[in-house]
Amino acid sequence: MKETDVRQGTLALMVLKTLDVLGPLHGYGIARRIEQISGDLLTVNQGTLYPVLLKLEQEGSIASEWGASENNRKARFYKLTRQGRKQLQAEARSWEQTAAIIERFFAAKVQDLK
Amino acid sequence: MKTLRRFFQRLTSWTRSARDEEILRAEIEDHIARQTADNLRAGTTAIEARRQALLKFGNVDAAKEIYRDQRGLPLTETLLRDVRHALRRLRRTPAFTAAVLLTLALGIGANTAIFGVIDSILIRPLAYPHADALVGIWHTQPASRTGISNCTPSMYFTYREQNRTFQQFGVWNIGGASVTGSAEPEVLRALFVTYGVLDALDEQPLLGRWFSPADDAPGSPETVILTHGYWQRRFGGDGSILGRALTINATPHKVIGVMPEEFRFQRDPELILPERFERGKVNLGTFAYQGLARLKPGVTITQANADLARMLEIWLRAWPPPPGFDRAVFQEFRLGPRIQPLKQEIVGDVGTVLWVVMGTVGLVLLIASANVANLFLVRTDARRQELAIRAALGAGRRRITVEMLVECLTLGALGGTLGVALAYAALRVLVAKGPDTLPRLHEIRIDPSVLAFALGVSLLSGLFFGLIPVSKYAGARLAATLGGVGRTIGHSREHHRARNTLVAVQVALALVLLVGSGLMIRTFQNLRDVQPGFTHPEEIQIVHSSIPEAIAQDPARVMRMWDEIRNQLAALPGVTSVGFASAAPLEAAVFGFRNIQSFYAEDQTVQSGQASTGRELRLIAPGFFRTMGTRLIAGRDFAWTDLYEQRHVAIVSENLAREWWHDPSAALGKRVRESSVAPWREVVGVVQDVYDNGMQVKAPEFAYLPALMDRYLVFDHEYVTRGGAFVIRSSRAGTEGLLKDVRQAIWSVNGRQPVSFVRTLETLYDQSMAQTSFTLVVLVIAGGMALLLGLVGVYGVIAYVVSQRTREIGIRIALGARRAVLLRVFVRQGLLLAGAGVALGLAAAAGLTHLMSSLLFGVSALDPLTYAVVSALLLVVSVLASYLPARRATVIDPVRAMRGE
Repeated sequence: MKETDVRQGTLALMVLKTLDVLGPLHGYGIARRIEQISGDLLTVNQGTLYPVLLKLEQEGSIASEWGASENNRKARFYKLTRQGRKQLQAEARSWEQTAAIIERFFAAKVQDLK
Repeated sequence: MKTLRRFFQRLTSWTRSARDEEILRAEIEDHIARQTADNLRAGTTAIEARRQALLKFGNVDAAKEIYRDQRGLPLTETLLRDVRHALRRLRRTPAFTAAVLLTLALGIGANTAIFGVIDSILIRPLAYPHADALVGIWHTQPASRTGISNCTPSMYFTYREQNRTFQQFGVWNIGGASVTGSAEPEVLRALFVTYGVLDALDEQPLLGRWFSPADDAPGSPETVILTHGYWQRRFGGDGSILGRALTINATPHKVIGVMPEEFRFQRDPELILPERFERGKVNLGTFAYQGLARLKPGVTITQANADLARMLEIWLRAWPPPPGFDRAVFQEFRLGPRIQPLKQEIVGDVGTVLWVVMGTVGLVLLIASANVANLFLVRTDARRQELAIRAALGAGRRRITVEMLVECLTLGALGGTLGVALAYAALRVLVAKGPDTLPRLHEIRIDPSVLAFALGVSLLSGLFFGLIPVSKYAGARLAATLGGVGRTIGHSREHHRARNTLVAVQVALALVLLVGSGLMIRTFQNLRDVQPGFTHPEEIQIVHSSIPEAIAQDPARVMRMWDEIRNQLAALPGVTSVGFASAAPLEAAVFGFRNIQSFYAEDQTVQSGQASTGRELRLIAPGFFRTMGTRLIAGRDFAWTDLYEQRHVAIVSENLAREWWHDPSAALGKRVRESSVAPWREVVGVVQDVYDNGMQVKAPEFAYLPALMDRYLVFDHEYVTRGGAFVIRSSRAGTEGLLKDVRQAIWSVNGRQPVSFVRTLETLYDQSMAQTSFTLVVLVIAGGMALLLGLVGVYGVIAYVVSQRTREIGIRIALGARRAVLLRVFVRQGLLLAGAGVALGLAAAAGLTHLMSSLLFGVSALDPLTYAVVSALLLVVSVLASYLPARRATVIDPVRAMRGE
């Protein structure tokens, strides 16, 4: 299967979920995780990632601070805020709903509609 | 909510963009370092690891750009950046910038100033509370010369008492009032009002009170209200002025009020006096007052007119006709209601002039903008290569468009700012020095709506000259442009089309303006050619004086005093002759009163409906015509014996004599009179027509009567002109020295009576043509500017074409082309442009000039001579404008031209 770029809205949701699961993380880490979890089927376009991070921060869903990372390098760490957690829950729910609806459509057979 | 929060985040980050930029850089650097480290761990070489990391990240600058767009307020940021860039670019070409700014500042300034005048005079409501409800009360009178008539004292009573639609009503009149008793005696412009006029205007006095009905009652103590200006000038704003007595027309008047500074009225009165009518003595006659009313809330003009029509019926039955007149005469007037907004009455016909002027300066701005657009086209053309490279590097079409427009709008805004400053200065000068004949002069100022207009004009002109280059270059086809760099032959025709069209339009607009000014010049010449009925007005000094009853009671004695003053004046050095009359020519237009009366000839039957055609009466002493230079056509002038022996004689104007007896000499010996109770007077002379209402108005029919008579009009006693004008022909006219002598001469006979309305006949003559000369000056200046700008336009295009074709010309010359032929090629091109413009302009002028036909005199709006001369002028000038740059082409050195590529 070909590598696919991630759509913006979806990417935001993925970022939130990643931070929810893994805790504070820097931009590179977020990108790597998303790619790993997708089984390297997705590539995260850095040109999209940082603007998404900025947008989420401006909206107050995530917060960032400069901290020392593993090898003693300064890095910018992003973490989920309370509002971000709420947003994640809400969006996860709505995503599940959408997914469920789409699934039902694909599963639907002619006789079901008669 | 989230959107709002983001906006504030963006706003704050916009203010600390430098730090954010550093953070972004560090973050991206960190990202790439980590990727490199990971790659290293996967076993690639150090250099390859870094290369792969960079590759994986993609275009760093593009990523930054997207990030930045998210971070701040990109629109504002880029806009500010574009403005900064534009300013920097404009600074780099000071000559271009100065030329454009000057053009725009003049264009926008002129438009703003004229719009300021139009806004103040025509658009803004009058400076009274709820001025929309104020109306002037007039009547239609089909048979009269003007078609309208004003009010009589009896109408005042009827309308006050019977109306159903007026909240307030009164009548007024303007006249002179002499103030004596202290300091220099003077004659002031006085506003005579009945009760109701000030109440209708609803302008509260600054001190004291308005007139009450008691002030109007004959016999009650005389009162006066001062205007702010006079109060300041004469009494230094003395707060204790109320109750003081002022000697007005030789009678003491008690000051009861002072009007506020912002109070304005027609003809700028200095004093306000109560007009007193004696109810028992008024009749249907004396149409000498102007009615003014404030309509009840919600009442329309139509309703008020219906009410007025109803009251006219009542009026006609309620009052007696004047002695010697039949009620039928007044029925024949067939008066109808004609109520009009007060504003219309005050503004009058100045609207046409102002709109013509506005259109004129608008056209000039359009031409100026076209010129600027052309300059921009050249400028942008020079930047073609840069724009193409930028487009190749990824600058969007929108980005380039915005940038170019921002540059133009910046210029527009700067030009507009300068323009508003110019307009402000111009209006200050106008208010200070403007002609008194301009209504509402002192209300002229720049208010927010004028500023909004200036802003709109600036931006529109910026857009106008910005959009043309944008439409041509913003989407420049890369390959064509890049490939074409340096190759200047093979310029597509399309590239020149925009410039050519602009120039043709410029020439067309210039033609319209030049035709307009040509027509005004012809009008002015025609007015100058009118034989006004007097000669050398610059030598005639006019001085008014009066002899009130307090000084001399007996009419014959008054006449002798006038005669004595006349002799004294005639003896002054430099004075060749002196005349005396009730009024001097051309004064009616300035002072606003005419002595128009019915006039009858013994052998002419008055046809019904025509009875009301008034003739102008002027009472004169012998020598008036000689002094004025008015030719006697037949018969003789009055003699002093005619006056002192009170002979029944009259002199008529040539046009009146022709109307009644077809031949001036036939008028001699015929008998005429001014009312049915006046004695028949024998016509002893016929004089040349005098254009008393201005040169563009048909000379009125005049009857001249002696200044001293045994009976006059309806008076059954001796009558003498107590207030009148001396006309003094002297080489010293208009000098302070002559005036000093004149005052001395008058005061030596006539106590310390004021000497007033001092001016030379030339001043009046010029004033009567002020409207024409003002329009003329504006149009000639505008036409001149348009011609110059059009010239520059043609010159620019040809010069540009020549510079673009230098190489081709070089080759042609090298191949043996004759220089004269080359010259002809370019001149022909200029001529073609101008020809197209002239054709376009002729059509436009034919359509537009009829708008100014009411300003023209003795010349048609389609005057072929003017059109032909102007067209020829433009063509000749265009040939010249293309010849100059074309000559440069022919002196091109072929070797250098080809090497220059």
